[in-house]
Amino acid sequence: MGLLSRKATCNSHGQDSSYFLGWQEYEKNPYDETKNPKGIIQMGLAENQPKTQMQQVSKEMANPFSKNLLFSKITMAIPEFKKALVDFMSEIRGNKVTFDPNNMVLTAGATSANETLMFCLAEQGDAFLLPTPYYPGFDRDLKWRTGAEIVPIQCSSSNRFKITESALEEAYQQAHKKNLRVKGVLITNPSNPLGTTMSRAELDLLINFITAKEIHLISDEIYSGTVFSSPGFVSIMEVLKDRQLENTDVWDRVHIVYSLSKDLGLPGFRVGAIYSNDPIVVAAATKMSSFGLVSSQTQYLLSAMLSDKKFTKEYLSKNKKRLLKRQNKLVSGLEKAGISILESNAGLFCWVDMRHLLSSNTFEAEMELWKRIVYDVKLNISPGSSCHCTEPGWFRVCFANMSEDTLKLAMQRLKSFVDSMNVNDSNKSHQELKNARKSRSRNKWVFRLSFQSFHDREQDER
Amino acid sequence: MTRTRFSRKRSPEPEKEKAGGGGAVMRVIVPLQGVVQGSGGLVLGSIIPCALFYFLQFYLKRNRDDPNDQNESNSPSQTQNPTTRSPSSGQLTELTGLTRTPSRPLLSPRSHTGPVSISGRVHGIVKGSDSPYYVGLRRVKEDQYDELGNPNGVIQLGLAENKLSLELVKDWLAENASHAILGNGKELSISGIATYQPFDGLMEFKVTVAGFMSQVMENAVSFNPSQIVLTAGATPAIEILSFCLADAGNAFLVPTPYYPGFDRDVKWRTGVEIIHVPCRSADNFNLSITALDRAFNQAKKRGLKVRGIIISNPSNPVGNLPSRESLYTLLDFAREKNIHIISNEILAGCTHGNEEFVSMAEIVDHEDVDRKRVHIVYGLSKDLSLPGFRVGVIYSFNEEVLAAAKKLTRFSSISAPTQRLLISMLSDSKFVQTFITTNRERLQRMYVQFVAGLKKLGIGCIKSSGGFYCWADMSGFISSYSEKGELELWDKLLNIAKVNVTPGSCCHCIEPGWFRFCFATLTEKDIPVVMERIQKVTETCKLKS
Repeated sequence: MGLLSRKATCNSHGQDSSYFLGWQEYEKNPYDETKNPKGIIQMGLAENQPKTQMQQVSKEMANPFSKNLLFSKITMAIPEFKKALVDFMSEIRGNKVTFDPNNMVLTAGATSANETLMFCLAEQGDAFLLPTPYYPGFDRDLKWRTGAEIVPIQCSSSNRFKITESALEEAYQQAHKKNLRVKGVLITNPSNPLGTTMSRAELDLLINFITAKEIHLISDEIYSGTVFSSPGFVSIMEVLKDRQLENTDVWDRVHIVYSLSKDLGLPGFRVGAIYSNDPIVVAAATKMSSFGLVSSQTQYLLSAMLSDKKFTKEYLSKNKKRLLKRQNKLVSGLEKAGISILESNAGLFCWVDMRHLLSSNTFEAEMELWKRIVYDVKLNISPGSSCHCTEPGWFRVCFANMSEDTLKLAMQRLKSFVDSMNVNDSNKSHQELKNARKSRSRNKWVFRLSFQSFHDREQDER
Repeated sequence: MTRTRFSRKRSPEPEKEKAGGGGAVMRVIVPLQGVVQGSGGLVLGSIIPCALFYFLQFYLKRNRDDPNDQNESNSPSQTQNPTTRSPSSGQLTELTGLTRTPSRPLLSPRSHTGPVSISGRVHGIVKGSDSPYYVGLRRVKEDQYDELGNPNGVIQLGLAENKLSLELVKDWLAENASHAILGNGKELSISGIATYQPFDGLMEFKVTVAGFMSQVMENAVSFNPSQIVLTAGATPAIEILSFCLADAGNAFLVPTPYYPGFDRDVKWRTGVEIIHVPCRSADNFNLSITALDRAFNQAKKRGLKVRGIIISNPSNPVGNLPSRESLYTLLDFAREKNIHIISNEILAGCTHGNEEFVSMAEIVDHEDVDRKRVHIVYGLSKDLSLPGFRVGVIYSFNEEVLAAAKKLTRFSSISAPTQRLLISMLSDSKFVQTFITTNRERLQRMYVQFVAGLKKLGIGCIKSSGGFYCWADMSGFISSYSEKGELELWDKLLNIAKVNVTPGSCCHCIEPGWFRFCFATLTEKDIPVVMERIQKVTETCKLKS
C-alpha cells in the first residue's frame, strides 16, 4: 500500500507538545462538579464563557425579521455580516480606527486566518519572527503546511517580557545564519500567554523595525476585546494612523487577524478574519479562503447580533468587568499559595511565576513540576517551555472557562500542594542534615552544601 | 492538442528562468549559423558558440541571484511559453509556473537587500482572473437576468448550483430552524454549540451524514460514521487529501475534461501536479485504461511519481456515470501501480435517467485488501443545495489517512450551529426521502427539456445521467477547430446571446468546441428564452460557415 505524504506523517505540527498532552490527560479524567469532583480541572484552555452572548443569540433566532433574512439567501455570504464585524472591531478599539469591509477576508476561525496569511506571505526558506513566549499552536498553524519557519525573538522576565530593539536585531541575524529570509514579524496583541497589552513604545519600535527592514507585520488581535484594566488596548492600526503613515509602503505591510472565538466566546462558530490594506493580499487571501469559509448560516445568525450596537456596547463592558473580577480571584488565590504572576490587564489567562517551586532552574525541573500539577494536583495548566519561553518556571493558567466555585477549588488544591511541598522540602532537608551529621566519613563540603540549600529554600518561599 | 502537454512539461522547472535563457540563445544562434556557413569556417564556428555559451551561463547565474529583476527582464521573451498568456488557462498555468521552487533558497544564499515581496503562490492571482470562468461570473453579477426586473440581463448557465429543489429546503428551515439549533426551547442548549468542538465534526453529525449518504445512494452501501472526517466544504476535503497522499512534486492522474476547481484544490498550495488523462467524444468521454496507462508511463519518464487517480462520479462537466466494470478495472489498475483512488462523489444525489450509479464504496465493500487505497469525497453543496453552509466529507477506509486528515481539519472546520441545524434536517427521514425523489424528478424533467431544446438548434449533447448540466458539442459552430475558435464562440455567447456558459478549454478538454450548460438555476419557463438567445448566435455562425 502506498505510503502517506511526508506532511501527513511528520511531527513538526507540534501536536506532541506538552501543551496538548495536558489536554489529553484532561480528556481522560475531566472535572465535573457532581459527577467527577476529583477530576482534572481544565486551566489550559483559553475559552471565554460569558452567558450574555448566548441569551442574545437565542433572542435573535426567535426574531422573525432575522428569520426571513436567514432563509431568503441561504447559499450566499452576506455583506451585512462583514460590515457588522468591522463595526464591532472598531468599537473594541474605542472607534479610534475604522475598517473597510472590502479589506476584510472571512475565514473559518483565526487558525485558518493565520495559516492563510502565512501562505500568502511566506514559503519554504522564509521565516517569521515571533516574540517568545508565544501560543504553542503557532508552530502548527504557521509552519506545518506552509513550509515557513519561525525564529523566536527572545524576551525575558527582566523587563517583563517586553520586546527590545536588540532582541529584534538578534532574531533577524539568527534567521540569516540559518539561511532563512525574514518575511515579517508576527505579534499577538494582547499577548498570549502573557495576558498583557503591548505598549505604544513597543508598537513604535516594531513599526520602525519593519520599515527599516521592509518586511511585513502581522498583528493577531484576537484578544482585543478581553482587555479588562489599564493600560488600555492600542491597536497597531491606531499607531500607524497617529504617525500618519496611511499613504506609505508600511501601511500595506501591516495585517490584522481577528476572531470571535475569544471576545464573544464562540469558538465553535468558526468565525475569523484577515484584515489587510494590500489589495493583492486581500485578493489572494479571498481566493484561499475557499478552503475555509464561514458558514452562511452562521453569518446570518451573528449578523443581527453584531449590528445591535446597544448589545455590543453592553456586552463588551460586562465582559471586561467579569474578566477583571475573575482575574482578581485567581491572583488572590495564587497569592495565598505564595505564587505571583506577571501583572496582566488582558486575556483569559495569567502568566504565573512558579520558578521558586522548581527543584532546579532547568526545563527538566519545569516538566517535573508540571507533571505533578497535572497528575497529583489535577490541574491542567500550560508549561512555559511549550510556549518557547527562555526561562523555566513560568506557567499559563486560564481562568475564564470555569465557574467561580471551580476556580476556588482549583486555588485550594494548588495551595495545599504548595504547602505540602514546603513541608516535604523542609523535612527532606532536615533529614539530609541529620544523615550528614551522622556519617563522619562524609566530606565536609557535602554537609555544608545541604545545610546551605536548606537555608536558601526557606528564604525563597517567603 | 499538444497545448496542454506543453504546459505540463514546463511546470516542474522554474519557468521564467528557462524562458529567459532560451530566448536569448535563439537570438544568437540563428545569425551564428550564417557566420559558420559563410566565411567563418569551422574554427570560428566552434569558438564562437563556446564563447557565447560561457557568457550565457554567466548571464543566467547573474539573473538567478537577483530574483526580482529576473521576473521583469524575462517577460518580453515569452515566445516559448504561449500558454501562460492564453486566457483560458491563463490563471492556472501562471500559478503552476510560479509555485514551489524549493531548491532555490538552498542553492544560493539569498541577497537580503530589496523590499520583501509576497509569496510566489500569490503572483498569478491578480492577472489570473482573466479566465473565462471568472469573467463570465463577473458579467453575470453585474447584469443578472431577472424575468421581470432585467429581462435582457445575462443568464447564468455557468455555475453548477442546484436551485431546483431549494424551496423544499427553505420551507423546512422556516418551520424547524430555531427549534433545531436551540433544542426544545426549554433549555438553552447553545452552550453546547458555542464552545470548542472536535475539529473534524460532531459525532452526532457524522452519524447523520453517514445515513444521508446511504440514502442518497439508494442504500446500496452503508457508511461507517467513524470513517468520516468532516470539512468546511468539499474544496478543503480535496486539498486535505492531496496534502495527505502526495508530497510536493508528486502527481495525480485526472481524466479530462475535469472540474476547473481541481487545479486550485489539488495543486495550488500543495505543490502537487495534475497529469491529464484525455478522454474523447468517440468513447463518450469515458475513461479508457489505455489512456490511463499511457499517462502513467509518460509521468514515469518525466520522473514524476504518481500517487493516485482522481475521478468524479458522476463526472463534472460531462455528467456520465462510470459503469461497475470500469470501476473494477480502475481498482485493478490502482492495485497494479500501487496508487490511491480519490472518488469525488459530490453529485451522487443528482442522478437522473436510467443508468445505475455505483459508488466506489460499493466496489470495495467486498474487497478487504484494497480498501485502504480508496477515498471518497462528498458534500452537501450540490445534493442539498446548501453550498453556503460549507459541509464536506472525506470518507476513507485507511486509518492513517483519517488520522492525518483529522489533524488538518482544524483549518477547515464546520460551524457548530450549522452542524446542529443539519443534524435535525438530515434526521428527518421523511423530508430527506421527499427531497431526494423530488430533486431527481425535477432534474430529469429539466434535463430532457433542455437537451431537446438544444437538439432543435442542431446542438448535440453527450448522453448523461448525472449532474445538473449537459455537455454540448458546438464544434459545428466554431470558426476554427481550435481553442481560439472555441473562445470566440464563448465570447459571442456571453456578449451577444448573453448566456454565461463554461467552455471546454477551462476544463482542459482535448477537443475544442465543447461547452457545459448548467440548467439547475433555471425554471422551466426560462428554457425557451435561453434557446432563443442561443439561436441568435448559432444562426450567425451557421451563415458564416
